Amino acid sequence: MKPAGLVLLLAGWAIVLTAAALLKPTPARAGFVLAGVGVEAMGLVLLVRAHIVPRGDRS
Amino acid sequence: MSEAASVLCLVMILLVPLASLGLALMNTGLGRSRSAAHTMLAALCIVATAALVYFAVGFCWQGVAGRAARCFNINGRSWNWFGAEAPFLSSLTMDGSPAWLVVLSQMFSAGLAALIPLGAGTDRWRLGPACVSSAIMAGVIYPLYAHWAWGGGWLSQLGTYYGMGRGYLDAGGAGCIQVTGGLAALSIAWLLGPRRGKYSSSGMAAAIPGHHTVFVLLACFLAWIGWTGLNASGAMLFAGAPWSSAVLIALDTMLSAGASALAAAVITRTRFGRPDASLCANGWVGGLVASSAGCGFLSPAVAAVTGVVAGALVTLSVEWIDVYLGVDDPGGSVSVHAIAGTWGLLATGMFGRVPDSQWLAQLVGIATLFGFVFPLAFTLNWVLNRFFPQRVSPEGEWQGMDLHELGAGAYPEFVIHREDFIQR
Repeated sequence: MKPAGLVLLLAGWAIVLTAAALLKPTPARAGFVLAGVGVEAMGLVLLVRAHIVPRGDRS
Repeated sequence: MSEAASVLCLVMILLVPLASLGLALMNTGLGRSRSAAHTMLAALCIVATAALVYFAVGFCWQGVAGRAARCFNINGRSWNWFGAEAPFLSSLTMDGSPAWLVVLSQMFSAGLAALIPLGAGTDRWRLGPACVSSAIMAGVIYPLYAHWAWGGGWLSQLGTYYGMGRGYLDAGGAGCIQVTGGLAALSIAWLLGPRRGKYSSSGMAAAIPGHHTVFVLLACFLAWIGWTGLNASGAMLFAGAPWSSAVLIALDTMLSAGASALAAAVITRTRFGRPDASLCANGWVGGLVASSAGCGFLSPAVAAVTGVVAGALVTLSVEWIDVYLGVDDPGGSVSVHAIAGTWGLLATGMFGRVPDSQWLAQLVGIATLFGFVFPLAFTLNWVLNRFFPQRVSPEGEWQGMDLHELGAGAYPEFVIHREDFIQR
């Protein structure tokens, strides 16, 4: 899960970067940037979940 | 920059080490007494390592806006990605230009960014790996992002090339310093794991109170002075703020910190029946962090509201991260620096005196922090951990970092003798 989370974070950033570089200043560009941030959020959730130690194993 | 502005800027830059001192003292106070000397020494070593590494290689990547840089053409636009300065500052001539002010300010800022993860690693982070990790921060991670935001890099060009407001705005370093450091702190907390005894066998989080609340609260005052210098010098050097805006910047900084600390006091009073000193201190620093992004571009009222939200976010997220995510972060570095800093960047785009489309540039900057800087910090620290384990041995942790790594405790006269408790 950790590598997948990291890959999603990078993929989200790539979407944001591509939208900023290639699209004209239209609502679609803002939409793509928000979509990229959404992909990053999924990656972050995956990474956080991968690091949550099950309650019984925390000690 | 006029001579008066240069002098004022230099004075402000010279206040910045007080922010580092504040953070070091706060991390020490929030840790255990048996690791107090180790935490302070680690802070000193981290700042020293960061300064030397930044001097040797960090400045090569970061550079200064308007000087040599490496650019790529994307869709007909020249994207500025890296600085192209020579190592050891050898490409600069001592001519009193603002570039030297940038170097001094950035050397201090790199140290501050490298210091933030220490709050998450208190009581278990070995001294050697902490220094190597700070070298990675000051030599690679910090200069790269700081170039993009402050060195004339692509984030600062978003306004000129792509009509996103005035480009990514981070006057005092909420993103460059605070979020970068906060995300590195999360990486360190994950890699080190929780302190022994932090979580019970049933998974309940135990409160390990800091050993010196007076240190923690004194640190707030020191950090306030340091942050005022950090925000004012950053706004003048990187956001084009005139020297006359220093008063507004100091006001914004104070109002945001004060509102944030009071919000934390009200929330903890409501939830626990009494205000919690360490969470109020975290709230204070969270407010300082949130003020950094838009200092000089926020009206005083907006700065106060930004602080209230920052205080609420810090107070609630400290508990959430500790209890529900199982992340042992004794100094609250992730909440105070990463979360409050992100909020400050967003608030600047939404409520600052900036063009309408500014929020998009701020969002691209935040996406870069979480989508590039965080994976980079996590991966580099993970590789370091494979070759140079960062966590102290179980025996060392039981003994305390002071005795284990330094051979002497911070408070040798405060030894509890068993016979003191025997009824005579």
